[in-house]
Amino acid sequence: MATSVAPLKQASRFNRFDNPWLNPKLLIGVFLIFLILGGAFIGRFLWDTDLALVGSSPLKKPPVGFSHTTLRGTSVGTMEHPLGTDGDGRDMLAVMIVGAPRTLAIGFIAALAGMGIGILLGFTAGFMGGRVDDIIRIASDTTITIPSILVLIVIQSVIPVNLVGMALLISVFAWPGPTRLIRGQVLSMRESGYVKMARISGASTFDIMFKEMMPNLIPYLAASFIGNMQGSILAAIGLEVLGLGPQRVPTLGKSIYWSVQLSGLSQGLWWWWGFPALILVIIFIGLLLINLGLDEVSNPRLRQRVE
Amino acid sequence: MKGISLGYILRRLAIFFLTVFIAATLIYIIPRIAPGDPIAAMVSRMTQQAGYVENSDAIIEGWRKRFGLDDPWYVQYLRYLKNLITFDFGYSLANFPTEVKDIVLRAMPWTIGLLSVSTLLFFVIGNLLGALLAWKKTPGLVKLLIPVSMIFTSVPSLLAALILLYLFAFRLDWFPSIGSYGRGIQPGWDWAFIKSVIWHSVLPAMSIVVVTFGYWTLGMRGMMITVEGEDYMTLAQAKGLNPFYSLYRYMIRNAILPQVTALALTLGTLVGGQVLVEYIFSYRGMGNAIFTAIRNQDYPVIQGTSYILILTTALAVFIMDLIYPLIDPRILHEDK
Repeated sequence: MATSVAPLKQASRFNRFDNPWLNPKLLIGVFLIFLILGGAFIGRFLWDTDLALVGSSPLKKPPVGFSHTTLRGTSVGTMEHPLGTDGDGRDMLAVMIVGAPRTLAIGFIAALAGMGIGILLGFTAGFMGGRVDDIIRIASDTTITIPSILVLIVIQSVIPVNLVGMALLISVFAWPGPTRLIRGQVLSMRESGYVKMARISGASTFDIMFKEMMPNLIPYLAASFIGNMQGSILAAIGLEVLGLGPQRVPTLGKSIYWSVQLSGLSQGLWWWWGFPALILVIIFIGLLLINLGLDEVSNPRLRQRVE
Repeated sequence: MKGISLGYILRRLAIFFLTVFIAATLIYIIPRIAPGDPIAAMVSRMTQQAGYVENSDAIIEGWRKRFGLDDPWYVQYLRYLKNLITFDFGYSLANFPTEVKDIVLRAMPWTIGLLSVSTLLFFVIGNLLGALLAWKKTPGLVKLLIPVSMIFTSVPSLLAALILLYLFAFRLDWFPSIGSYGRGIQPGWDWAFIKSVIWHSVLPAMSIVVVTFGYWTLGMRGMMITVEGEDYMTLAQAKGLNPFYSLYRYMIRNAILPQVTALALTLGTLVGGQVLVEYIFSYRGMGNAIFTAIRNQDYPVIQGTSYILILTTALAVFIMDLIYPLIDPRILHEDK
């Protein structure tokens, strides 16, 4: 495996990217997410978000530059509704501006709650060991295999929820990932030299956890957070597409739900489901790139280039 | 199975029951600690959809009795668990007197069939490509093409389903857009039916495979790079082993182990994705049954189908746990 050329190649690469946090995957991923957030933020000032309400606009107008022909005639897209309108008279641009940040917010809240529980349980399990560790480990190992969306479907078909409620329900399944990760890392770090050193120096358990171990955990935690965001957004979209979740607010998933329900697909109204899908694809690719970038930060071996 | 101790099997069995128990308990508890009366909320939603529901008081009363809501909580809870264990989910509200059991039995084979085929496909394709990506002897062109094929990774299968459905069914008309087999074809073991089933399952299976295999490629690549640095690989090379032999017997054989564990852990997510893909394609599986039930406010069906799917997933994980020692005998020693 080790050849005489390898060190030279690595050296030149490390000179160009000596800060692992500035790797292109991470930067592009962050850029994509900020693109969506920034677009939605600016859009709120430049566009009338009331157009996201039912009946505020004409029905089934195609995006600007496209035309749509039905038996009743041809309609041409205009700048009045640049992304077209849906079958219930919502302006698609307004729906995107209102819906995209909501989707990210659900993912963020659920991932944050899951991460909080995960940090608490992971450190507890890693430090206390014994019975407590067994219980936490088994609980997280079992919860992680449950198809969460099915449990959420049953629950949400009974109780109506709002956005935060939905995020918190999703977070019920967002803790096992971080818990397992932190527990594993804590177990391996506990025996490492610098932690022993800190213990001998008389540092408190709290200090060892948050001043010694936490900084080393950050790339892992960040990756796990992003992974949780992906999972939570996926669950939220799934529930919305099935017609569950917050009922009266326009969301990306709800848009897809209506377009499937009112046969937007077979009528060729691609902009109805296409734009929400596009925004979601950008969000998911952005999160994946961030995750791969963080992977390279925490696992230098992956930095070797595919050649 | 030689070497698998009774203790190992019992431990995994306990985990299986625990998984189902946790899921069932969450389903039971959360709606009850949430604010509001769930049954009144259900009836009010029926009223919204149907305009006016006759005898809504009687329905509330009937459901209260059916769910035994006037008993103490532990009696209710134990009865709920008993119903789950005996597979007694009652009748469908929307298609009375169809039993929930019958709906599940009708839908289940389709879901299991589609899920096994797509899982097999993405696991084999993903790991093979990942192995090739990390292997030193892979041609450069292949290494360039593999990452390109992975652009859809991380896109939810639901969105892939929408895009594939629109392009290949509605636009190009290459594949059928809905159902699991053609209209007017009698189900049976003849070629016409089998052909129709395969034809209808191409797009749903593709929606899952296209977006999933990339994860396994990435994971496999990472594992292969780790394995490549091991001493036994240097030895294999020094011994002058055939590179294909060392790729398969030394590298893939070792790198695949964490991948199998990961498959067991992601099975739940996969089932969730499959449910949504089935819904988009109106495939006759559990996903579609669940969606129809949600639309009809058919609570017993929602509960029954979801529970059976959760149970099946846990069962699959259990079976994988039992098979795992066969491919990695070390686990039995670690376990002790």
